[in-house]
Amino acid sequence: MNPLRRKRLLIILAILAGVGIAVGLAMSALRENINLFYTPTQIANGEAPLDTRIRAGGMVEQGSLKRSGDSLDVTFVVTDFNKAVTITYRGILPDLFREGQGIVALGKLNADGVVVADEVLAKHDEKYMPPEVTKALKDSGQSAPGANPQPAKEG
Amino acid sequence: MNWTWFHKLGSPKWFYGISGKLLPWLSVAAVLLIGIGLVWGLAFAPPDYQQGNSFRIIYIHVPAAMLAQSCYVLLAVCGIVGLVWKMKLADVALQCAAPIGAWMTAVALVTGAIWGKPTWGSWWVWDARLTSMLILLFLYFGLIALGNAISNRDSAAKACAVLAIVGVINIPIIKYSVEWWNTLHQGATFTLTEKPAMPVEMWAPLLLMVLGFYCFFGAVLLLRMRLEVLKREARTSWVKAEVQTSLGARG
Repeated sequence: MNPLRRKRLLIILAILAGVGIAVGLAMSALRENINLFYTPTQIANGEAPLDTRIRAGGMVEQGSLKRSGDSLDVTFVVTDFNKAVTITYRGILPDLFREGQGIVALGKLNADGVVVADEVLAKHDEKYMPPEVTKALKDSGQSAPGANPQPAKEG
Repeated sequence: MNWTWFHKLGSPKWFYGISGKLLPWLSVAAVLLIGIGLVWGLAFAPPDYQQGNSFRIIYIHVPAAMLAQSCYVLLAVCGIVGLVWKMKLADVALQCAAPIGAWMTAVALVTGAIWGKPTWGSWWVWDARLTSMLILLFLYFGLIALGNAISNRDSAAKACAVLAIVGVINIPIIKYSVEWWNTLHQGATFTLTEKPAMPVEMWAPLLLMVLGFYCFFGAVLLLRMRLEVLKREARTSWVKAEVQTSLGARG
């Protein structure tokens, strides 16, 4: 490669590295703000602000879902297998909502440490399986890998 | 190292000849792969145990998203080649690939929204993956606008090349957004190092679709580039000869 081209290539690579570092620093400074949701551990540690609209995410704990008999009120516990947080919600839950499933709830954290949600989003994982396989796995006593209690990805 | 092959690639006439030979193969491969993949994926692949049939949109969403990102990497490479080696064909490729990439990004975003509504319960959330993908779409728009806004061909090429190179920072951000931050978007199903988290009867049609999309991209890119090369080289003798023969062949 002739020297002129080498020089131009080096300049371009230097610019790219510079921009990359700048963006990287900005991203790491903004890291907390880019996270879509607070984990139960973060809420328990008091990192989430009170009485502002936040998102809380985690796995719905097995057996924690309680439906009210006469309204659409539901209460469930979301966990990251370290700490847990209670969420109350009034409305229709998404199809994929079930115990053991990851969810993200949007709502306000009150003084009792309960998130009063006005929107619940279901998070699904990267595993796909035909229903027959899940059934076969269940029959053989193993739980389906997708339904495995697995902590939501933490940042 | 011998660079002659590389400089040969920069000759519009040589490119026109070789692309004409490649084009039919790519087109046939694209039609076959997408046709088989689509029918297989949409009709014969098993439904997902949780999402049922709505997961089938993966057969459009994932190839479009992969192509959208690959296309941007291609633009950045073209930008570097254009700036360092002053190769005119690199600019042709950059200008011709940008609209295709923009369309692919739009398709990925729209299919993602359609998929998000039944599974997540929302068309759109401002999570890191979705937002960085939206930024990619705006980068494409910026490139297309910049290329058309500057009338001097060389200045436009330089400006677009710089924007393409700087914007490539966004690609690793898109790729790793689901690992670096808490996102609603799930992690990658396919990695180079691990077995896919999907049985073979589900990923085989997806693989066909991905390959088909790449062939489609190659064919459309070559078509657009050939036209652009003819336009730019209209005054050279080889283009005149080429036009004469094609006119003669027709009538």
